[in-house]
Amino acid sequence: MMRYLAKRLTAAGIILVGISVITFCLIFLVPADPISMIAGRNATAETRAQIRHQLGLDRPLPVQYGDYVVRLAQGDLGRSYAQKTQVSELIRARLPATLLLMAAGIVAELVIGLPAGIYAATRRGEAVDRGVMMLSFIGISAPQFIVGLLLLYLFAYMVGWFPLSGYGGISHLVLPAITLGIAGGGTYSRLMRSQMLDVLRQDYIRTARAKGLPERTVLLTHALRNAVLPVIAQVGYDMGFLITNAVIVESVFGWPGIGQLMWQQGIQRLDYPIIMGVTITAALFIVLGSLIADLIVPLIDPRIRLR
Amino acid sequence: MDRRVAPDGGRLFLERLGVPLDPAIDDKTGSLNKMKRFLLSAVAALAIIAAGPASADPKQGGAAVITFNNDLTTLDPAIGYDWQNWSVIKSIFDGLMDYKPGTTELTPDLAESYTISDDGQTYTFKLRDGIKFHNGRALKAADIKYSIERAINPATQSPGGGFFGSIKGYDDMVGDKKATELSGISAPDDKTVVITLTRPDATFLHVMAINFAFVVPKEEVDKYGADFGKHPVGTGAFKFVDWVAGQKLELERNADYYKKGVPYLDKLSFEFGQDPTVAVLRLKKGEIDIVGDGIPPAQFTELLNDPTTKDLIVAGDQLQTVYVTMNVKTPPLDNLKVRQAINMAINKDRIVRIINNRAVTANQVLPKGMPGYDKDYAGYAYDPAAAKKLLADAGLKDGFSTELYAMNVDPNPRIAQAIQQDLAAVGIKADIKSLAQAEVIAAGGNGTAPMVWSGGMAWIDDYPDPSDFYGPILGCAGAVEGGWNWSKYCNQGLDQRAAEADAMVTAAQQAARAEKWKGIFADVMKDAPWVPVFSETRYTFHSARLGGDAILFTDPIHLPVNYDYIFAKDAQ
Repeated sequence: MMRYLAKRLTAAGIILVGISVITFCLIFLVPADPISMIAGRNATAETRAQIRHQLGLDRPLPVQYGDYVVRLAQGDLGRSYAQKTQVSELIRARLPATLLLMAAGIVAELVIGLPAGIYAATRRGEAVDRGVMMLSFIGISAPQFIVGLLLLYLFAYMVGWFPLSGYGGISHLVLPAITLGIAGGGTYSRLMRSQMLDVLRQDYIRTARAKGLPERTVLLTHALRNAVLPVIAQVGYDMGFLITNAVIVESVFGWPGIGQLMWQQGIQRLDYPIIMGVTITAALFIVLGSLIADLIVPLIDPRIRLR
Repeated sequence: MDRRVAPDGGRLFLERLGVPLDPAIDDKTGSLNKMKRFLLSAVAALAIIAAGPASADPKQGGAAVITFNNDLTTLDPAIGYDWQNWSVIKSIFDGLMDYKPGTTELTPDLAESYTISDDGQTYTFKLRDGIKFHNGRALKAADIKYSIERAINPATQSPGGGFFGSIKGYDDMVGDKKATELSGISAPDDKTVVITLTRPDATFLHVMAINFAFVVPKEEVDKYGADFGKHPVGTGAFKFVDWVAGQKLELERNADYYKKGVPYLDKLSFEFGQDPTVAVLRLKKGEIDIVGDGIPPAQFTELLNDPTTKDLIVAGDQLQTVYVTMNVKTPPLDNLKVRQAINMAINKDRIVRIINNRAVTANQVLPKGMPGYDKDYAGYAYDPAAAKKLLADAGLKDGFSTELYAMNVDPNPRIAQAIQQDLAAVGIKADIKSLAQAEVIAAGGNGTAPMVWSGGMAWIDDYPDPSDFYGPILGCAGAVEGGWNWSKYCNQGLDQRAAEADAMVTAAQQAARAEKWKGIFADVMKDAPWVPVFSETRYTFHSARLGGDAILFTDPIHLPVNYDYIFAKDAQ
């Protein structure tokens, strides 16, 4: 177990280094100059050169990267060009909200997707099955912006059951979580359905039924446990994915998440430190998410050994 | 009764929306007719009511909530330079000069009075008594000197240091000498500031009113360092209370503010991360007071027609012009006839319709409301036949190919398409390059873009003076690599005349100065480096409980709203 952990963490480290190099090179390849965003439109060539020097952007790329990595090792993600605030501070301020939305989103995705997938698998080929698959398809394709706005308009504006956007407790969390759930639930229901169909054909299911077990036990105790492994892997991936990719839901519902930070303050303003900082944070979460998922798997299927 | 139209009545309101008031010069489209009919009936009703009693008296107290989509970047007056934080900073900080609310008229602010020497190069400001920073300390003349030096110091990375270029000693601070002190400013005693310039500068008082010249207390800047922008301390109407990054900014009334009775509101809250479409819903429900980002285009017509909201929308002009630049160094745009032909080929009325008439067409560089604007200037008429003839005269009767850069955020790609169609009608094939804002700015700055549609990056004034619309965007100084003069237009003769105009400092010379600038811009248009297309109209949607003169909600200087003078009608 310890050896496995050590191996995975080393691999994680290498992945993070690789991602930081690639992101660093990519943002410098963009044909736009962050200096013009900072220096403003009235700046003289002199002022621009001064600011470029202040920020260390006139040094060769490998030197800049080396300096960045050294500071990264000390936990210093640098200061935002536009705001002069510590990037680690900006990310830390939004982390609780992001994690909360991620957790709620995953719960909603599972609650919507898993039962639908199991049900569709048991009624394979019938109208119900096709109906569920079509709904899941719509859920995956529907633009989150529209779904979110629709839910807001119906349930918050018209009937007033929920607050109209904002960050807060459970009542603020419901609509954004459902929006994420509709989008992700589609994926989970299809995944669950195909896994269940696979498992339900197995001999041990026939044995369980032959033993006279109630169908519910067959499904939930025997079939589900074997079918759920890829779902766990997907959840692990989603944990990292939703750190930055809930940006549309965050925008509609005014949820102060890291996705919004990346889009509004990082990418749109060409704020390199924010872009680098958020990319590395997101990569870290994705790697951690996958690791957690992989550690849970042997708990469900004892046949799998971690090597 | 609250007047929702400008003080001079409905006619100006209609003119601002670009509606022709003479029925004979009617536009042919049905939508404009409907809009015009609606507006005329609204104006008729308002004209009857406008003769009634004046607006309600401002009351002290209450709170207002304003939403923005993006978080504010910073509240440091030396660094903040975007439209969102500009007027919030104006409410937290003060400078030597300011503008009368809702106008572009200069008035002394922290300075009680000032005198200008005979040669126009020395300004002596006398500070008011009793001004305190939000931390309790009294304001001293040395604070003014410190604040301006801080803005110029390269270590601050201020985008506005260049505005102080005419102060003596500026070059020593930014050049190789790396002086730490500005020799041109002195504080002989606690109440006097003396500033010496290297040349008479008619824009100097405007520079003393700009955010970069606002006063900051040295001890707070030293305490917070680079984080001063997140913990601002100034002398202004509102005091900083708290800022939760990405969520909420809270300001409260400065009880010790030197202007008695102002601000009227006790509390000002800003909420961030709010999509404007959702913010409109929240405003309708009464949860917020102002949609800071303005009305989303998709809901514009609906809100303007809805009887419950149409009176809560205020329209105002902006000191802004949106234009197409043509690179005068790139053939065949280097040929004057070609540029003139392009000016005549573009149908500006159609472009304004594309954005729901939320703009006024422009025929010159300066926007309406800017001193030096020439209301009698005819400009280039829309005349595709004449354009084709000009092209033929230039030897290009079969047209030519070129590229048009535009920002990829709606409605700019649609406007670029309209321009492309107009150009195609005279034989010019324009390839549209729809890119991110930073990329378009870069392409314009390094001269690779033959034509740029400046929508989304249009020029809006730093201060209400014609000089600001010349130097950086049409002067030789801006025509360098990375500069904002994307047409790379450089006319030494006009630069010379501009410098002469800016040396006309006395009050007696101001009328002549405005005439001189009129002449300069008329000559710029003769060279046609640009096609000025429109000036956007600003619309502010606010709640019914907020009161104040209409112009405060579309203040030309305090964009979008002048927070110091609005009040809550339901204050106790």
